[in-house]
Amino acid sequence: MGQIIVMTSGKGGVGKTTSSAAFATGFALRGHKTVVIDFDVGLRNLDLVMGCERRVVFDFINVINGEAKLYQALIKDKRVENLYILPTSQTRDKDALTKEGVEAVMDELRKEFEFIICDSPAGIEKGALMALYFADQAVVVTNPEVSSVRDSDRILGMLAARSRRAELGQPPVIEHLLLTRYDPIRVERGEMLNVNDVLEILAIPLLGVIPESQAVLRASNVGVPVILDDTSNAGMAYADAVARFLGEQLEHRFVKPEKRGLFSRLLGRTA
Amino acid sequence: MRIFNFFRPAQPPKVESSAHHAKERLQIVMAHERASRDGPDFLPLLQQELLAVIAKYVDVDQNKVEVKLDRSNEISTLEVNIELPSRRPEPRRQRAALQGAASTP
Repeated sequence: MGQIIVMTSGKGGVGKTTSSAAFATGFALRGHKTVVIDFDVGLRNLDLVMGCERRVVFDFINVINGEAKLYQALIKDKRVENLYILPTSQTRDKDALTKEGVEAVMDELRKEFEFIICDSPAGIEKGALMALYFADQAVVVTNPEVSSVRDSDRILGMLAARSRRAELGQPPVIEHLLLTRYDPIRVERGEMLNVNDVLEILAIPLLGVIPESQAVLRASNVGVPVILDDTSNAGMAYADAVARFLGEQLEHRFVKPEKRGLFSRLLGRTA
Repeated sequence: MRIFNFFRPAQPPKVESSAHHAKERLQIVMAHERASRDGPDFLPLLQQELLAVIAKYVDVDQNKVEVKLDRSNEISTLEVNIELPSRRPEPRRQRAALQGAASTP
């Protein structure tokens, strides 16, 4: 039976879709059959980040409504084996997500896939609740910034009270913190919450720290998940986070400013 | 000046850094939010009931009620200010301030 993982945050713009794309690709690269589902009904974007926007015929909502078969809506990634994308509808709204409909799709996917990643919309309304409802594990994507941390805490409350596991009295959803857009230089200057501050406040285990990186925008520009850019800090940090999710013990990289040579420091100073 | 700064070791972050403020503010507000997360939002009801009691004895203008809440680390205060109308036409104001202080766990 596959594991259902929700990428959630409460706040928008923190990197849920980027992280969903990176994790799904990372799992698949390691040989795990993975599907990533866009739960942001009406604001479809995962297809762009995954670079399959021109191949969407049917979507998640079509499947829920019985207008298409699941295998017709699943898009097989062209770069990575074992990777599939289930895009959402651009025209319907969140009310199209019924608990029964989503459950039927999840049950079918669980039989086929090892990992099912649910890319949650922002907010705490129906779309976000549906994305987290069936989760076995949750990756809470947080920026080191007050509104994001507070919203993450709110989402943790939802996971503890409103998920199916909570409702059925099963073992709770396993929570992971993914701290994104981390800028070690600003942290060192005391302008940004550091990773330990956020950990102390949210009190959930740290899965990874993704540094602020220009590679993320470049990757979304061209529709290639940033984890495939293995020369970038963000790509490497995502690869580490995926490895940790799968049980490897790895030290956290990119949490300290990079050592600059004397020459570049001199240049930087005079700029 | 720059050339002198260059040889100095990097300063450790000051206690008064903005990140430090961020952490403190988050800790306080989230402690309260976690405590009351699934509880009912009692403030509107409290205001209604308090007003009902006071209205039994004096005329109260419903629009001249102020409810203030201040949450801090050790203690939270709830302040309800109700402006009482003067009996005589000249504008002399009386204020009844009900103040409740409750320590939080």
